[in-house]
This record gives sequence, C-alpha cells and structure tokens, in this order.
Amino acid sequence: MLALSTRALTKTYKNGVHALRSVDLDVEQGDFFALLGPNGAGKTTLIGIVTSLVTKSGGSASVFGFDIDRQLERAKSCIGVVPQELNFNQFETPMTIVVNQAGFYGIARAEARVRAERYLRQLQLWDKRNSAARGLSGGMKRRLMIARALMHEPRLLILDEPTAGVDIEIRRTMWEFLRDINARGTTIILTTHYLEEAESLCRNIAIIDHGGIIERDRMSSLLRRLNTQSFVLNTRSPVAEAPALADFTLRLVDEHTLEVDIAKDQNLNELFERLSRTGIEVVSMRNKVNRLEEIFMRLVENRTPDA
Amino acid sequence: MPELSLAMVRWIGFQTIVIREYGRIVRIWGQTLVPSVVTATLYFIIFGSLIGRRVGPMAGFDYRQFIAPGLIMMSIITNSYGNVVSSFFGAKFGKHVEELLVSPLPNWIIVAGYAIGGVIRGLLVGLVVTLVSLFFARLPVAHFAAIIAAAVLTSSVFALAGFINAVFARNFDQMNFIPVFVLTPLTYFGGVFYSVSMLPEWAQRLSYVNPILHMVNAFRFGFLGTSDVHVVSAFALMLLLTVGLFGAAVLLLNRGVGIRD
Repeated sequence: MLALSTRALTKTYKNGVHALRSVDLDVEQGDFFALLGPNGAGKTTLIGIVTSLVTKSGGSASVFGFDIDRQLERAKSCIGVVPQELNFNQFETPMTIVVNQAGFYGIARAEARVRAERYLRQLQLWDKRNSAARGLSGGMKRRLMIARALMHEPRLLILDEPTAGVDIEIRRTMWEFLRDINARGTTIILTTHYLEEAESLCRNIAIIDHGGIIERDRMSSLLRRLNTQSFVLNTRSPVAEAPALADFTLRLVDEHTLEVDIAKDQNLNELFERLSRTGIEVVSMRNKVNRLEEIFMRLVENRTPDA
Repeated sequence: MPELSLAMVRWIGFQTIVIREYGRIVRIWGQTLVPSVVTATLYFIIFGSLIGRRVGPMAGFDYRQFIAPGLIMMSIITNSYGNVVSSFFGAKFGKHVEELLVSPLPNWIIVAGYAIGGVIRGLLVGLVVTLVSLFFARLPVAHFAAIIAAAVLTSSVFALAGFINAVFARNFDQMNFIPVFVLTPLTYFGGVFYSVSMLPEWAQRLSYVNPILHMVNAFRFGFLGTSDVHVVSAFALMLLLTVGLFGAAVLLLNRGVGIRD
C-alpha cells in the first residue's frame, strides 16, 4: 500500500515559476521518508498540493489510495501536517489549539481532551497547556505543531522542517518521539535542511531540485555510493607536518589535526597501522562532512537548471 | 479506531468552528460586546432623549420607540459583519486558516461555521442593546416571530458579506473599507432614524434599493407592527441575499480566492 503517490504532478505559479515539473513519487506505508532539496526546489509546493493548500496545475496525487481530486476529504483525513511556518492562533492556549484541531477532523471534544493530555505530555507541553501560545519558546511552538498534527492520529505525518531553529537537545528528543511514532505504524515524510537528521531517521529518500526528483533511493544504498569519504583525525601529540604515506593523502589542518581521504576500496585499519608506525597516535576521528550532505551537494551542484 | 463517517466529521467540525468563534467573542468581550452597547446608549441619550423630545412622534410612535428597533438592528449588522471579517481575515493574516484548509472539512462547512459565529455575535449584541433600549423606551412586541426572523436573517446576510470581504481583503485597510464607506452610509440611510415617508419621492425610490431599509423595517414591524416597506418582500429579500451570499462565499473558497496559491 502506498501512503503517497504522485504522477506527473505539476505546478506553475501565476508569476510563471515552474515549482514542480511532472513529479512522480511513491512513498510506502510505514516508511520514514526524507524529501530533501535546496530552498525553492519544490518541497513545500509538493506538500502544499497534497494537503490542498496549493492548487496543482496538472497531474494526480493520492493518499492511501484516496485521490485528492475525487476523494479529497478522505485523503485529508489521513494526513497530519507540521508546516514550516508557525500557523496557529498565537492568542489561544495549546489546549484550545489541539482540541479544536481534533474537532476539525471529527474527534468529539471529550476524546480530544484525552488525546490532548497524551500528546501535550509526550511533547513536554502539559505544564504550558493553559498559557497563551505566543508566550511559548521557539522549540515549544514547534512541538505544539507536532502535537496538533497528531491529534487525529493520522496515518501519514508530513513534517516540513519541523526542527528548524530548535536546539540540539530538543531536536534529539523530537527525533526519538518521531521514531517511536513511526515504529507504531505512522508513515512519516520529512523535509529538513539538517541532513544529519534525515540520515539518522529516514529509510528512504528523494532529492528534489528545480521542481523535479533527481534521486530516489534507499538511504543506505545512496550512502554506499560515496566513493571517497574525508575524515578528520585528532592526534594525541603535536604533528609538525602531514606524514607521506603511500596510497593515502593526508593534509595537516593544525598541529593536532589531520585530514585524510579514504576511497571505497581502502580501509581505516591500514591507515591507523601506518600512522602508528610513524609515531602518530589518533585519539578521535569524525567524518569531515556528513555523508548525506556530501552526496546531496554533489547531486545538486552537478545539475544545471532547466530553462 | 473505527473510521468516522464524513457526516460525523462535518458535524463535529462545524460545531468546533462555532465553539471557537464563540470562544473568541467571549475572550475579547471588551472588543466584541461592549462597544456597540456604549454606542447604542449614546444614540439613545442624544437622539432619543435629548433631540428626540423635540422631534415628536414618528409614524405614530414616540421617537425613542421608533428608533429603538433601528438601533438594535444597526448593532446586529455592524457586529455580525465585523465578527466574521475580523475573525477570518485574522485567520488568514495569522495563517491559522490553514488549520481548517488542511482539514477534511468541505468549504461550505467552513463558511457556515464562520457565518454562525457572526450570527451569534450579532444576536448577543442585539440582545444586550435591546435590554439597554428598555431603559429609554417602552418596546411593544407586535410579531415576535418577525423580530427573531429579521434578526437571524439580517445577521446571516452580514456575516456572509463579512466573510466575502475577508476573503478579498489583503490588508487591514481593505478589511475596513466596506464597513466605513458602504455599510455605515447604507445603515444611516436605511431608515434607522426616520421614516422614508418623510422623504421626497425620488429619495424614497432610491431608499428602496437599499437592502438595509427593508431589514430595519421588517425588524421594526416585529416590534411596532408598522413598516415603510412590504414585509413579506423584505423577508424574501433577506432570504435571497442569505442564499446568494452563502453560495458566493463557498464558490470563492472553492476557487481558492485569497487563500490558496
């Protein structure tokens, strides 16, 4: 069963901008799916069409088999959406906001209050339930939008940059929460500019650029495509210059830091052995750039925009 | 959890919009309920008690009795219109209209929910202004059903008109344009303070084009049993306007005017 399916989905705005160019995209039920792309690539337009905030110019889309042209109400019942921009009434309280949202999906108020307590507690907003939403911190406002989107227990949760501007601690808490929601059966589509976030959470990925899908693959398969990875090595003792090792190109960043490029057919054990022989002890290492970020940049930079 | 029927979703969704609108009216009562009461009280003091004494009877009634239904209707019109225009435009401006647009509720439910919110405010303020008017004038009730029907239909017409205004409005100036430059003149020339029979022939004919004249007179007929217009035609006009404006509002939402890219 496909949670989302689009065929030849097209959007041209009145100002002539082609935001989507015949997008075909399938997202399986139960998936945790990353939809990535640079700013203005068409991600939000795609989400807007599926959630009926944007009118499509052509093509079709269905949510759990419900066509958005013929069965829009059914399709929308399946979707919970966390938009990029804050879009709740800042003068209302979190409790009012989430209970009303449940009502718009046909959840009776008594049941809505039970769910409100569950989700506001899970997202650590229960203490703020009766405060005006405008007084919440940025992270709390983001979590409030997630709680609101979950009130009708959607089968498909669409998150458009849900952690933008949220500190790392809260971001990681939100990741755990989303993993848990996904594990319990909710399909999640995530757009984010934090590629570490997409790599950590998502099983499948599509990259969109200039209104078209330029890559669609399993996350693991995509990451395996990296031929070379750059690592940053931190050394215990100061190093005067980068050691010359056959097959490995090392660069000196500072007296305690080296950079090295490792090809797919090389291995780190060999590198460490050789460094050890030259008297260099590596105390820690990390990827120079997030792996997904590296692939993403290559895919996007190699593509020239269509006219 | 069993899948909810669409009818149930619509009904609960409609109730939720109405509850939310009612909550807004009560939450900001200082802006929604009080101003019209103050304005109506001033009108009663100045036009009714001070100037009214010198005016003498109008259409066979004490002047204060004559203007009371018009002043009540004026507050109903202003408030039903103002409630929807500010609430829906505020929802557009603050983007929380998206909460409704992404929901499974069809557009006619959204329009109906907002319109009922406007009707509730119009009737609430109308009721309070009626109570205030009782301090200044004795108000007979000639046809109770006509009072209720005129109040409900008029508030429906202006709630829907306010909705359409909010759909088109792109800024606060556009939100206020119609109330200031159209609604207020039409209300003042709508027979609130005078009987159109006092006017010259040409002005009478012009006045009959003004729908507010028919609404005010239908309402006054409910209290005093007298009217400058044909009462059945007045109710038919109100009904027609309600249906027409409802259809227009739904059509605008269906086309995404002012709300969808």
